[in-house]
Formats: sequence, C-alpha cells, structure tokens
Amino acid sequence: MAVISYREALRAAMREELKRDDKVVIMGEEVAQFNGAYKVTEGLLKEFGPKRIVDTPISEAGFIGLGIGASMLGIRPVMELMFWSFSYVAFDQIVNNAGNIRYMSGGLINCPIVIRGPANGGTNVGATHSHTPEAILASHPGIKVVCPATPYDAKGLMKAAIRDNDPVYVMENTILYNDKGEVPDEDYIVPLGVADVKRVGTDLTIVAHGRAVITSLKAAEILEKEHGVSVEVVDLRSIRPLDEETILASVRKTHRALLVEENKPFCGVDAQVAYLIQSKAFDELDAPIHRVSSIDAPQIYCKRMEDLQMPNVERVVAEALKVLA
Amino acid sequence: MAEIIDMPKLSDTMSVGTLVKWNIKEGQVVAFGDILAEVETDKATMELSCTVPGTILKIYAPAGQQLPVGAPICAIGKKGEAAPEPTAAPAPKAPQTAVPAIPEKAEVSCVPAAPASSGSVTPQSDASRTKASPYAKRMAEKAALNVATLAGSGPGGRVVGRDVAAAASAPAAVAPSGPLNVAVAPPADGKGIQPDADVPVGGMRQTIARRLLESKITVPHFYLEVEVDAAPLMAMRESLNKRLAETGADAIKLSVNDFILKASAEALRRVPAVNASWAGTSIRTHGAVHLSFGVALEDGLVTPVIRDAHAKTLKDIAVEAKALIGKARSKKLTPGEMSGSTFTVTNLGMFGVTGFYGIINVPNAAILSVGATIKKPVVDAQDRMVIGHRMVIGLSGDHRVVDGANAAQFLQALKQLLEEPALMLI
Amino acid sequence: MAKPAVLTHPESLKRPAGPSEYAKNPVNASMSKADKIALYTKMARIRHFEQRCIRIYQQGKIGGFLHLYVGQEAVAAGTISLLGKHDHIITGYRDHGHGLMVGMGMNECMAELTGRVTGCSQGKGGSMHYFAPDKNYWGGHGIVGGQAPLGTGLAYAVKYMGLKGSCLVYMGDGAVNQGAVHEAYNLASLWDLPVIFVVENNGYSMGTSQERSTAHPGCLAKRAEGYNMAWDVINGHDVYEVRAKTAIALKRAHEESKPTVLEIFTYRYFGHSMADPDKTYRDKEEIKEYREKKDPVLAFEQELLSEKVLTPELSLKINEAAMAEADKAALFADESPDPTVADITKHIYWEEDNRGPKTTSRGTIIFE
Repeated sequence: MAVISYREALRAAMREELKRDDKVVIMGEEVAQFNGAYKVTEGLLKEFGPKRIVDTPISEAGFIGLGIGASMLGIRPVMELMFWSFSYVAFDQIVNNAGNIRYMSGGLINCPIVIRGPANGGTNVGATHSHTPEAILASHPGIKVVCPATPYDAKGLMKAAIRDNDPVYVMENTILYNDKGEVPDEDYIVPLGVADVKRVGTDLTIVAHGRAVITSLKAAEILEKEHGVSVEVVDLRSIRPLDEETILASVRKTHRALLVEENKPFCGVDAQVAYLIQSKAFDELDAPIHRVSSIDAPQIYCKRMEDLQMPNVERVVAEALKVLA
Repeated sequence: MAEIIDMPKLSDTMSVGTLVKWNIKEGQVVAFGDILAEVETDKATMELSCTVPGTILKIYAPAGQQLPVGAPICAIGKKGEAAPEPTAAPAPKAPQTAVPAIPEKAEVSCVPAAPASSGSVTPQSDASRTKASPYAKRMAEKAALNVATLAGSGPGGRVVGRDVAAAASAPAAVAPSGPLNVAVAPPADGKGIQPDADVPVGGMRQTIARRLLESKITVPHFYLEVEVDAAPLMAMRESLNKRLAETGADAIKLSVNDFILKASAEALRRVPAVNASWAGTSIRTHGAVHLSFGVALEDGLVTPVIRDAHAKTLKDIAVEAKALIGKARSKKLTPGEMSGSTFTVTNLGMFGVTGFYGIINVPNAAILSVGATIKKPVVDAQDRMVIGHRMVIGLSGDHRVVDGANAAQFLQALKQLLEEPALMLI
Repeated sequence: MAKPAVLTHPESLKRPAGPSEYAKNPVNASMSKADKIALYTKMARIRHFEQRCIRIYQQGKIGGFLHLYVGQEAVAAGTISLLGKHDHIITGYRDHGHGLMVGMGMNECMAELTGRVTGCSQGKGGSMHYFAPDKNYWGGHGIVGGQAPLGTGLAYAVKYMGLKGSCLVYMGDGAVNQGAVHEAYNLASLWDLPVIFVVENNGYSMGTSQERSTAHPGCLAKRAEGYNMAWDVINGHDVYEVRAKTAIALKRAHEESKPTVLEIFTYRYFGHSMADPDKTYRDKEEIKEYREKKDPVLAFEQELLSEKVLTPELSLKINEAAMAEADKAALFADESPDPTVADITKHIYWEEDNRGPKTTSRGTIIFE
C-alpha cells in the first residue's frame, strides 16, 4: 500500500478512470496546460492529450452547462471548479439542469457528471473564495455531494463518483491536498453514502465531514488524554446520500452527539444530522446535541481571526465537554 | 386508569403541605410538566408539576387546606372516567406510614413524592418539571424508576443516564407496581398470628423487590464458597481495638466487617477482573473500588458506598462505614451515597448465619456474603483435630463478566488476606 | 402604438405573400410531393394541437404556464425537417412545436400538460419540459437561455464521439441577453462545435419589446460576429426559406464543425404564456396583420396549392384529421391516471431507481 497525498489520490482516481473509460473527460480552468490551479490534474494532459484533458475559458455557466449537455449523451465529464465558490455563477446549470433533468424527463435522461474542486475556508482568501456549498447543494434532490477527508476516501469516492450515473459533486479541500495517507494500489471504490467510523469510542459521538473530521480526530485525542473521555468520530464522507445508520448506531452507543462542520451554522449539513438524531434516536439521547461550525459571518480575511472563525481543536474540545456535562 | 396525585414531599423535612393555589380545574386537560398547584412546605412555596398527562377528574382538596404528605389531592385520568374516591384520610402526624387508603385497583401515584419512610431520596428542591434526558427516561422506564425521584447531575439538574444507572444500583427510589392477587384461606380458628391484610409497601421495598428480581432473573449467577481461618483476624482485631481504646474517648472500634471490607478492596486490587460490570455489548472495567455494603433497617435494606476503598486505610474504612451506617439508620443517606458501587459485601454473621449467597447488586459483577465466625473442629497442618475459628465466605458472580477461575482467584486472595491480616497493611 | 415594436426581417413584411423565392432551392426542390404534404401536415398538427390546448387550459386542466407556438410553426418545421440521425435539438419553454416535429405523439404531449402519468415525462415536467431523447430531443428547458450551454455540450459530445452531427439550440429573442447564451457562443466558436443557435425572434421577450430590452446592430444574429461565428437572418414565415438557410448552417456544422447563429423572424399570436393579458405591450392590429398577411401555415398551404401538391379537399382533410387527433389526445389526457404519491420519489436518481450490486450508492438519499 502506497502512502500518497490527497492530491495524488484524486489524480490517481482520475487517471485510472480515464484509462478505464474513454468517455471520461477532464475539463476545467487551467486543468491541462497549466497542470491544474492546485496541480490536482498535473501530468494528465501529457498522458492523455488535449481531447481528454480540456482547458476551458473562465466561463463556469458555459462549460459546466456544456459538460451537463455532453453527459446527457453519454460522455462522463469530470469538471474542475477552481473553487466551489465559483459554482454560484453556474448555479442554474448545477442545480436546475443537472439536478432536475432526470426527474423532469420522467427518467428518460441521465446526467452522469462529476463536478469537483476545493470547497473550504481557512486559506486567507476572503469571503468570495471560501464558500462551502455542500449543504446548499445537497438540499436539492437529484444531486449527490461527497466530502472526502483522507487520501483513501478521496480516491475511492472520486472513482465511485465518476462511475455513478447521477450528478456527483465532490468537495475537496485545499488544506488537505498535501495530507498523506495509505491508499491501496489495487482498484477500489468507496461507495457513496457510506460513512466511516474514523475512531471508535464509547462516551461521545462526533459527526463530521471534510476537514472537520481531521480537526475532530485531534480533539478526540486530547479529550481522551486530558479528560479521560472516549470519543467516537464518524466521518460522513458522503453528504447525500447520507449514511443515517452509522450515525444512529454510534449515538445509540454513546448517547451523546457533537456535530462538527466548517459550514456556517444556519441550515448546515449538521442541522439535518441533528434532526435525524432527534427524530430517530430521541430516546437514546442523554444530552442535547451540540454543534461546532464556523462563526456565522462571511468568511473573514484576517488569517488570525479566520482560524478562530472556523472549527478548531480547542473549540471542539470545549464543546465536547459541554455535551458531556 | 385514573391516577391519584397526592401531596408530594417537596423538601427533605416536609411532612405536611398547604395547597396554596390550584392552577387547574376539574375537567381541564393537563400535560406532562404543567403546573398543577402551588404547595407551601415548611420551607417555601413550590410548584407541583404534572407527571401524569390526562384530564383532571377530581380535586380532592381545596386551596388553603393543609394535608399530610401522601394525602390524595387530585385524580387524573381519561376524560369521562369516574374519579376514584379516596376512602380515608391518612394520619397527618405519621407521614412515614401515611399511605392513603387507595380504592381498589388504583395505582400508587408517580408524583415526585419520595416516601418519607425510605429517607433515602432527595427530591428536587424545585418541584417544577423534572428535566431528564430522553435516554435517562428510557432507562428509567426500563428499570421502573421515576425520573422525578432522582437527583440529576446533568446541566441544570437534568437527570441523565448515569443518574438512572446509579439509582438502579441502589435500593432507593420509588417504583410503582400493581397489586398481586393472592388468595389464601383465613386462619381456621379466626385468630391467626396477624391480621390478613394487604399492607402497602413503601418505595424502598418496591425498589428492593424490583431490583433484586431483575438481578436474579437477568444475571446468570454462579456461586463459590471458601472457608477461612478467622483466628488470626480475631486476634488482630482484639489487639488493635485494645490499643485504639487506649487512645481516647473518640477512639474507633474496628468491626469484623471493617476488616472484610478492607480485605475485599485489597483482593480486588489483586484480581481486578472482578471489579467490572456487564455493559450490554462490552465489559466495563472499573479503575476504582467503590465498595458497597448492606445495612439492614427495620423496614428494609440499603447499601451505602465507600468510595475509592482501594486507596483507603482500614481506619478510614472503619470510620466511613460507621458514619454511613449511622446515616442509613437515621435515613439521611443521599442517593449519591448509595450509588455507583463496583462491588458489594453483605454480612449476616451477627445473626449466626454460617453461610449464604447474596443476590448480585447490579451492575456489580459479584457480591460477597460473609457468615458468622464459629468454633468448630478442624484438622490442622499437623493432622491434629483442633478447635478452629472458621468463617464461611460465599461469592455470587455474574458469569457474563467473571468466570469461575477469576472468582476463585479473588476468593483465594481474600482468604490469604484474612488469614494473614498483616498483609492488608502493606 | 406609434410604430411597430417588432424587429422584423428587413424584407419579409414588405413583400406580399406569394410564391416563395426559396421553392427552387435544392433542399426544397428535392422534396417529394409526399414530403411536402407530410411537412404541411406536421405544421397543421402543431397548430391544432396548440389551439386545442387553449380550451383545456381554460377548463382549468392545465396547470402552471402554457406557452403556445401558434404563429411560429415554420421555424420548428423548417429546421427539424432537415435533421438526420446525429442531429440533436434542445429548446426553451415554448417547446410543444419542436416535440411534435420530432415525432412525439399528441397523446403523450397532451397528457403531460394535464399532469398525467401517461405524459411524456410522466407528469413530472409539464408544458415547459418535454423530452424525447430517443428522438434526439433534449427538452424543453424552463430557464431562459439555460439550454444554450447544454446544447453546446450535446454538440461537443457528438464531436467527441466522432459523429457527423450537430445540435440545434433554439431560443427566443429574449434569451440573447442571458450570460449563459454568450458563454455558449464563446465555447461553440472557440472549440469549433457543430452548433446552430436558432434565435426564434418573435419580437417580444415576454411582454417587453426588443426595442426596450436589447441593444443590437440592426439584428440579433449579428452578435455572432463578436464571437467570430457565421450568422444569417431568415424570414420565419416561409418554411422554404427556413429550410434553405438552415441547410447551409447544417452543412457548416457537418462539414466544418463550425457553429452558426440563425435569427428567424417569426411571430406568436398568443401571449407569452396563457397568463399574459397580451394587452399592454402590443396592438391587436399588429397581431391581426401578422395573422392575415404572414401566417406560415396558410402561406405554406398557398404555396403547395399553387404547386398543385395540395388540393383544398386534401388540405381540409389534413386539418380535420389534425383537429380530430387533438380532440382524441384531449380525451386521452382526461382519462389518463395521475402519477401516484409513490411516483413523486421516482426518477430522482438513476442509482436509486436501479439499486443493485453494481450501483455505487448506498445510504439514505430520499429524506423524510
């Protein structure tokens, strides 16, 4: 098993799928000649040529719409958004077209598109480039959203996304791109809608996705060492579909839940998860569900403050102790 | 079925209360947590919250009336249902036995009124709606406990899972239960040794009944026994007590039980597998020895807990045990002092019982049952028949947690400590 | 109103109705008698279908929006009659005419309008969302201009697969101000995609005339120049002209894989939608003038009568048959069942509708 970075894992997934299926096309701003704004697609142009690896103009509505149209005819485009923040100029395409076409055609048309790119704050780039639209997009039936936290999951989910026959939006994280982890050499996928218990514990369940998983794992370590608390960390991996059973099984075990995400709190993913827990595991709860999310303001530019705005280990530990009170 | 709500005990010293004001009327629909009335206790005016959702069928006592704890004040049931009529008022001066005469089939109310007789419940000083987590409520329902009778350790006094777990392991809380139909022919001579009667049982008796039944039914008990040469222990106890007596008036006197408690804590240190609990899908091992021991009362039994017994000296244990026994007899134990044990010791030696097996005090993994020290002929190391001071110790173990071998090792360690009591000092 | 607010083909209105100068164009001259009758029949069917819809709408059986194609028939008829196996079409919300042209049945179209499970989208799309991918018809899109990038993508796919085909992207004149359309123009030209953007210029973007909505250099098609694309303007009242000029663009797509913008002047007789009072922004006189002088169906009928392809008897028969077909479709729609509550959550995800060992999704995807 090789130890590779999150970025390399994504690239490996795309490379393997490009080889497996000649309908797979990589498209996006600066994905080809420039080797990718974040070098995720580095080397792919050289390996697969300009027909398969396509540079687009800065024209999200245009090229995302084009990818959706192409996917309706059977092409399997993997579209890179330099930031998911830029999806907002292609919202009609991403939501109305990709998300509704199968439904509105009574199942006659499918849209097997993948749109991927980083969706995270914490990089000192200000509000317009720091959006985390997983909750917004996952709130639309017809759309699937995944948020890998580790290289293993990044590769497995990306491959599953490309093979999936529905629109799948993969939200990556620039801060995780250099994180390394073990990734099997052989072909594998991580099915959508399967959460992963990243750490087993008995006293408290932390549900998180994306980089919040990494933060939560660090917090769990501290809670164990300094407070003698055994914390279970459930990584959602997939927002929609959602692995409700894994969440509920963990809460049924620990009876206490803390939900951590880098979204803003209002109608975040964890609002749905909290609803789920109280509706399906109400009698298991020994304490109210708490959440840690980004402080509810547009993303601040100042890095020192941004680090405090987003969920960090200290905030997670402090909130965990409140749930455990 | 209609439920009769009676005057609750709203403070630790309350025996009578005054209905200051009714907040509800007959016929009104009430929900869990609604404030039924204001009640003036000996300390303050408090709110009585509803724990039985339904329709107010009848108000038995008008506002302004003073009533003993336990006297019926209203009935709640289904709309249209006939209100049960209480047949007699309880004696106001004897709250301990102030069980209202309840019409046939009426159940004991689950109002947060701790029976004064047990003296073991600390009702919430704020009698407004009991805050309990859903999980705690579910646990309490399973254990037939009323969360309203429990002291909550969560934020804002919320009853949480651990509180129910603790209460479930201490014979302390009120547990309602329906009467059983037992038909027995009356004495032929018309006299008999006592009247034929259904004597209502108090909360402590209910709890004992429920908890021990549950343990006996659900825990796979197994039993081991060992006979201990108690002579060295007797000798040491005598010598120590003699010295202690010389130290002054406030000197303590060590009981045999104190030695057994100390030895048990030490033996658990050596065989910690016995200091554990069955946790459904896992076995929870406990780092501390919280030692519980049975204290017989006139009307039942309580099991106070010596916390961190593994870290306490014989003297500490003796002092603490004595204090706890005193509190138990004067009904001043708090739920906290009766919960959270990891191992229990019972002793019927003082009654001359030579050997027995207790029922495990869940969630403990074992209970130690200590018999009387008796003189009897024994064969000594030189194969001579001599007079021995022998004590039989029984161990009931939860086979889900402990196997015969661990339990035997534990008894072996205990036997060694009791036969060479000086080892306890190490 | 002081002056006609409609931007028209420079020639079209001035020229009296009469024989089409494009009758002799090879694409039209090569048509058999049967082809011509078939084309006329299709135009008549669109007209009668749409007019039948008005009644059903007024009976309250069609919910939401209903955008009628009456008056614009020659555009769909002329362009679509030229298409081959690898030519695709996609359009906006005024999509009934295109659907009937590609061969969708009146029954499924009518039942979709009344929200029946027998509708082409099983009652899930409605008037604005007709689809028939088996007939290369990709909708039916409700958001103005939204179909432009999608159609460009269809053309991209055709090219990617090495097929000699194209995609005709229809839009109204109001759509040309949408950003997505400009982005599609740029991509189509940049990547040499076989797209034909067909601007069906009926003079009004909803209830706003061109003058009041669009800056242009005399016509809308000319904006193509900014993207280095070929363009042309077409009199959309003459189906022969539509065919003749579209054929050139189609050849450009097929042979050179290059896009074209075609602006086809046309006119709708009814409001933007049925909810449009149609009083505030245009004169009744204007509508009357178009109906009487420029009607594409009547014009083509005259053309065919003069060509002796059609007789008045045959024409009557065709029109009566179309009306009868529309009546039957209305009855079919009436008698068809609604989708069920269980149908509400079908067709959202392929993976959900086809769950099995090979699908890549697990977990909950439809939420309570």
